[in-house]
Amino acid sequence: MPDITRRHALGAAVALAVTAGAPLTAAAADDHGDHGGHDGPEAFDEVYRGRRIQGRPAEGGGHHHGAVYAVFVDGVELHVMRNADGSWISVVSHYSPVPNPRAAARAAVDELQGARLVPFN
Amino acid sequence: MTIRKNQATLTADEKRRFVDTLIALKRSGRYDEFVTTHNAFILGDTDNGERTGHRSPSFLPWHRRFLLEFERALQSVDPTVALPYWDWTVDRTPRSSLWAPDFLGGTGRSRDGRVMDGPFAASTGNWPIHVRVDGRTYLRRSLGGAVRQLPTRAEVDSVLAMSTYDMAPWNSASDGFRNHLEGWRGVNLHNRVHVWVGGQMGTGVSPNDPVFWLHHAFVDKLWADWRRLHPGSPYAPAAGTPNVVDLDEPMKPWNDTTPAALLDHTAHYTFDAA
Repeated sequence: MPDITRRHALGAAVALAVTAGAPLTAAAADDHGDHGGHDGPEAFDEVYRGRRIQGRPAEGGGHHHGAVYAVFVDGVELHVMRNADGSWISVVSHYSPVPNPRAAARAAVDELQGARLVPFN
Repeated sequence: MTIRKNQATLTADEKRRFVDTLIALKRSGRYDEFVTTHNAFILGDTDNGERTGHRSPSFLPWHRRFLLEFERALQSVDPTVALPYWDWTVDRTPRSSLWAPDFLGGTGRSRDGRVMDGPFAASTGNWPIHVRVDGRTYLRRSLGGAVRQLPTRAEVDSVLAMSTYDMAPWNSASDGFRNHLEGWRGVNLHNRVHVWVGGQMGTGVSPNDPVFWLHHAFVDKLWADWRRLHPGSPYAPAAGTPNVVDLDEPMKPWNDTTPAALLDHTAHYTFDAA
């Protein structure tokens, strides 16, 4: 099986931090221009179609080439992944890449039609 | 010997046996084990890390083995059943017999995407969605909702014409047959079909929709068609590639088979037509 345990543990830690009220900085600008670099997209925090969506680089992201970035919908982590070309997908919209994590979060809200996410573990 | 047939040619009896067998596997819990395995690889396969089931050369042999395991499970319930394939270049509208109530049922209603007819509609009580990424426990679809058109035959032929199996960096950025068939690059075949069906088929838990197997049986047939068109083109990479399954390396989660051992499908099944 793929080694997903460490990343999942990391996701759980981030979820705990958010639940505990760790501040998330709203992005001042859209997170374009992140193509192939080692720096992840910036954080965001907004209400989209009645759901709070948040994203930010996850702790320890620098250890792993490619994105370690956490996205949340109403506080529940949405598993996202960056493709080699800089586009993004999530587990609820896996086969349809979008330009950045915010777009992945919005696509997830569209797909969910109000349903709650199930935490992955 | 198992013969995989075009779903459009199945008799009423063949459809009924296939559906009954799916429901029996679902009831036993074995069906959901396949959904769980697929989602674990969807979450774990990454472009810059270990990648086995998707976005890598082993996408095709991995799904060939995954379908073989599933087909064997079906045949343990009814030995006459084989996986049918869905040629989405021909049966390309929601009016196809594939989506009739005597087979897979149709698209979801607009309000919540819920499939309302056929044997897998939630109202039957036979198809609870247990392995899921959100709170909804009913099968959903939005046929043609997120993308209007399924791939055409001409688009398929343009991909079958690519003579190189796969290329570095062996991921979603690659040129070559595998990644164009998978759909991360170019006209987009396999990925687009997942998106066209919508509902759970667009997610990491896509095997929750039985059409997953018919879609992948056709993707698998396209690999066989490609090998016949390019008999001199090998699986690649051959050896020594970090994070990627080389020709003679064992594949997770089975660890007892290699891409080399899966190149020739005729050891396991044949197709109804070339």
